[in-house]
Amino acid sequence: MSEDLPTGVERRSFDGESRLATRGEPVYGEPTDEGWRLWDAGRSKLGAMVELGMDAGLAGGDTVLYLGAASGTTVSHVADFAAPTYAVEFAPRPVRDLVGVAEDRRNLFPLLKDARKPETYAHVVESDVDVVVQDVATRGQARVAVENARFLADDGRLVAAIKARSEDVTREPAAVFEDALAALEPTYEVVATERLEPYHEDHLGVVARPR
Amino acid sequence: MTDDTDRDPGGSGAGAAPNGWFEGDAAGGADRIREGRADAPADWPALAVESGFADDESDYYARLREATIGAAREAAAERERADDQQLVHAVRAMDDLDQRANELAERVAEWAGSRYPDAATGVDYARELAGRDPDSTVDERLVSLAQRVAGLADEADELRAFVERETPEVAPNLAAMAGPVLAARLISLAGGLDALAKKPAGTVQVLGAEDSLFAHLRGHAPSPKHGVIFTHEYVRGTRPGKRGSAARALAGKLTIAARVDRYSGERKPELDAELDERIAQIRGGEAE
Ligand SMILES: C[S@@+](CC[C@H](N)C(=O)[O-])C[C@H]1O[C@@H](n2cnc3c(N)ncnc32)[C@H](O)[C@@H]1O
Repeated sequence: MSEDLPTGVERRSFDGESRLATRGEPVYGEPTDEGWRLWDAGRSKLGAMVELGMDAGLAGGDTVLYLGAASGTTVSHVADFAAPTYAVEFAPRPVRDLVGVAEDRRNLFPLLKDARKPETYAHVVESDVDVVVQDVATRGQARVAVENARFLADDGRLVAAIKARSEDVTREPAAVFEDALAALEPTYEVVATERLEPYHEDHLGVVARPR
Repeated sequence: MTDDTDRDPGGSGAGAAPNGWFEGDAAGGADRIREGRADAPADWPALAVESGFADDESDYYARLREATIGAAREAAAERERADDQQLVHAVRAMDDLDQRANELAERVAEWAGSRYPDAATGVDYARELAGRDPDSTVDERLVSLAQRVAGLADEADELRAFVERETPEVAPNLAAMAGPVLAARLISLAGGLDALAKKPAGTVQVLGAEDSLFAHLRGHAPSPKHGVIFTHEYVRGTRPGKRGSAARALAGKLTIAARVDRYSGERKPELDAELDERIAQIRGGEAE
């Protein structure tokens, strides 16, 4: 099977199954194998996108801006294979854990900031990042992506997980996704979309490049 | 004044260049991470090396790491402290609403008693009246008043739900041990999580004993000397001769929970288990 995983992401065998893994300090009690940490697609939207074969534009050694880092589950894996990784999260409690994750890594920079207000971290996050990963699960997800386009390199990628229920619990997910994609359209050219089932229900994975 | 132009350590001319977190006044790097702004990002690593702030790129990232970790830790702690104050307002407002709703429900009951043979008392009765169709101008006033009571009680319920949701975020261990509402009351009575964490167990044991809130709770709590923690099942449900010991044990563990919540925030289920065991010991055999 030919598969373009970023350098630093490998398939390893866990309990006899071939699973994604990255190499680094364990963070949340995940299974490890000779220093490789299981990256569970069921616990990570980005992991699911990689598992589903979406091209997230990650090569390994990338510069990454991660929006909605929470306590650092996914971003810890990203920092394992990427270069500078800026992690934005606006809820204070998970940031405590995120700080702990950053303390074990040289290239992870935690920022307690609101992703809707990029002007509050544009003095810290460098320009021309390769990939903006977004998993904010809050109303206005397309707007967050649009606001943060300013950080992307011309050939960079937005890799976003859109959660339907965060926008409107009463509407059909498909309709919510359609609106979100339309809102991205002026700023981004969408290159791939994929529903994240069975790993995450009613989530749409989106890869896009800035116009 | 020309002092401002002295700020640029590189001397390459202030003003035109965009401001990264590493430039600016004498405040520490962590403060500038927290307070600074820029409309657009720039190649900060290169600019920092150019300006002499960092020796090279890896030195820059090492400094950035230190500053962001410090800033995130401080800002998170500050924000969490602010969250406990929101909880204090919410739980006080909830108690105010409950009290007013009960007072007005009494007024409604008294008024209704003069008009209907089936009149009852309490907030539930006011809610029932609130749904009636008034057929006289007097009933109009009475039903409208009952609707106010129902509205106040609804708002109190909403606030209770908010407190139940938020307290475990602010104080996970205290909320698990005391229940979210009692935990929020303790935080409120102390004036904040920080203040609660600094109190000795003996003080926590009697918090609220002298408070006016207690008058309202007295119905359920006949022995005010124990403070609000008397409403906890572990005190109330222990036989009278052992209640003092139960209250002491509970207050001791709640004090520890508040300190863990304030200083580490990590959830430690073993604390609850230790309390469960201690209470079982105190009640010793009476459960058989
Ligand atoms: C689904 S969780 C992210 C999980 C994480 N990406 C992972 O896989 O480990 C969504 C996170 O986004 C955060 N969030 C929501 N809105 C945000 C905003 N405007 N700015 C920053 N973070 C936000 C939430 O606090 C929450 O922690």
